[in-house]
Amino acid sequence: MSENNFVKMKLSCPMPKLDFDVITLGHGSGGVLTNQLLDSGVFDLLSNEILDERSDGAHIEMNGKLAFSTDSFIVSPIFFPGGNIGELAVNGTVNDIAMCGATPKYLSLSFIIEEGLKMTEFWDILISIKYACEKAGVSVVTGDTKVVEKGKGDKIFINTTGIGLIHPQANISEKNIAIGDKIILSGNLASHGMAIMSVREGLEFESEIRSDTTNLNHLTIGLIENFGNEIHHLTDPTRGGVATVLKEIAVASKIGVELKQTLLPIDNQVEGACELLGLDPLYVANEGLFLSFVSPAIADDFLLQLRNDVNGFNAAIIGEVVADHPKQVILESSIGGKRVISMLPGEQLPRIC
Amino acid sequence: MKYMSEYRDPELAKQYLKEIKNTVTQDWKIMEVCGGQTHTLVKNGIIDMLPKEVEMIHGPGCPVCVTPLHLIDKAIYLALEEKVILCSFGDMLRVPGAEKSLLEAKAEGGDIRILYSPLEAVKIAESNPDKEVVFFAVGFETTAPANALSVIHAHRKNLKNYSILASHVLVPPAIENVMEDPDSHIDGFLAAGHVCTIMGNLEYYPLVEKYKVPIVVTGFEPLDILQGILMVVRQLEAKKAEVENQYVRIVREEGNLEAQKMIYDVFEITDRLWRGMEVIPMSGYKVKDKYADFDATIKFKVHIPEAEENQDCIAGEIMKGIKKPVQCPEFGKKCKPTNPLGAPMVSSEGACAAYFHYSGLVEA
Repeated sequence: MSENNFVKMKLSCPMPKLDFDVITLGHGSGGVLTNQLLDSGVFDLLSNEILDERSDGAHIEMNGKLAFSTDSFIVSPIFFPGGNIGELAVNGTVNDIAMCGATPKYLSLSFIIEEGLKMTEFWDILISIKYACEKAGVSVVTGDTKVVEKGKGDKIFINTTGIGLIHPQANISEKNIAIGDKIILSGNLASHGMAIMSVREGLEFESEIRSDTTNLNHLTIGLIENFGNEIHHLTDPTRGGVATVLKEIAVASKIGVELKQTLLPIDNQVEGACELLGLDPLYVANEGLFLSFVSPAIADDFLLQLRNDVNGFNAAIIGEVVADHPKQVILESSIGGKRVISMLPGEQLPRIC
Repeated sequence: MKYMSEYRDPELAKQYLKEIKNTVTQDWKIMEVCGGQTHTLVKNGIIDMLPKEVEMIHGPGCPVCVTPLHLIDKAIYLALEEKVILCSFGDMLRVPGAEKSLLEAKAEGGDIRILYSPLEAVKIAESNPDKEVVFFAVGFETTAPANALSVIHAHRKNLKNYSILASHVLVPPAIENVMEDPDSHIDGFLAAGHVCTIMGNLEYYPLVEKYKVPIVVTGFEPLDILQGILMVVRQLEAKKAEVENQYVRIVREEGNLEAQKMIYDVFEITDRLWRGMEVIPMSGYKVKDKYADFDATIKFKVHIPEAEENQDCIAGEIMKGIKKPVQCPEFGKKCKPTNPLGAPMVSSEGACAAYFHYSGLVEA
């Protein structure tokens, strides 16, 4: 979220006066302190009919084919250029549901808080959650808060689980990927991972790189409405980046993938930062980005519609599905050479030289 | 990305490749010494674009790969000491010691921090006066000035809780070691441009004289490498053996004298064991006695048994270009990036790891 939006939200939802500044073990005990914390404004902030019932679980009604997904969010630092862990937790699950061709509707929200977290920080996270929910059109209908001793967590961990209704025209599955499909990336790669990297202790560098965290559900539903089952597969290349996701799909679906380095959309600063640290942007994490496998007949129109959206104006066709070399992802480098893209043995680490 | 994309121009690359093809008349083995150049070769798919006569041999220039096992074990031991914060460049963390890697030591609770600059480690020492901060100072001549500077800074600030675990290695003795091996038949070298940025080219003249091999100081972008290869091939075809500088936009003949001053203030040349190879005389730096307080090997008396390298690993032959990774019976079988038996499989710049990824092998 932009700083402007964040300030606006903060002004409209000021933190209530509380008789505690930091969250302690007692706030997760289920007793008076827990109620104090939740009644301090958490419930009001996220208020909706279902949540307000305060039942042990949410009573919901949905008809049709459902998509259901869960994700846990651990990020250090919890505040980073372009967002914070709260927004990430909502967008992450919203997007997983969106990648199923569904409209996300309800979320669960669980916090595991390390004692000592400042209430002001928690409030800022809550405000971002509220903002992200409103933007995506989802409601938090159930939740939980636990507090762990100092040193047993990293400020705050968040789990969200989401449920959504699959669009009747959507038929999204890895199994639908066909030879000749165009592979479209919805925007610049590697922004989220490099935004986090730029504020990590020991690696800080000055830049304007911001996380791309955002909800993609309105965009994907718009595309599904226009292109229906011509969209064969959607996936968001979060952890492991674009390379890992494509390799996973190639192996699982026994297809070949061909990519072109020169077609990969990337921000100049992000590319520079990757060069500096010796990281390959293809393996860096993204948040507000998705890959589409679509039939070649609609690829150009699909791209046009993507580019008309604020979350897709850097979109590009980056490659295609081929019959040659099944299970292999081959990248044509900027000078025309070819290399095999494989999975990394672990997290990508900055190189010495 | 200006100043970068110019060196990745596909049209110019084609012209260089054509020129190499037109020049070459017989088989040549060219060693790129530096791991960074191996990385460029692999990342850009250059190896397959070269005419079949030109065979690139990936040399021992990956600092992560050649850092001796016992030093990694020492770093791990220190990292697990309660009082110690161990700082390191990122790619050292995955390198296996005798029993575990620094990443595993981190998981066991060791305070290990990934840094980009050793000066950050000095800052950490300043803000943690009750802790001992150790920087794992590995690398070739390239990283030596910054590592030396960290010691100079810590000395000036009178910090008592900062030290470095130095494992510096030097390029010219490695080239000499390769050339002295009767089984190794390298016809020409691409010398590492970044190393020469610091040290200059002067050290290479005696080598071309003695071994009659062309040495071309080369940069790291695809066009740099292609031009470097062309320069070596031209010399070979003309039966010349000279030091040439492809990386003229960065490298000066005498190098960076200020940086050298820092190196020689803090370090002195010593014999050094290269992982996967052997002890190469006068091939590394150690901290001088006057800075002994900042030398982690002196400050901390670590007595751990010296572990043996895995006997199945043929790293020495690989790094000297005697054998190809695929000729190793364990390549891709027992030895993989997630379970490396030896040095060249441990870092993405190591010859075996580069081959592994390049050949598209998938780890089960």
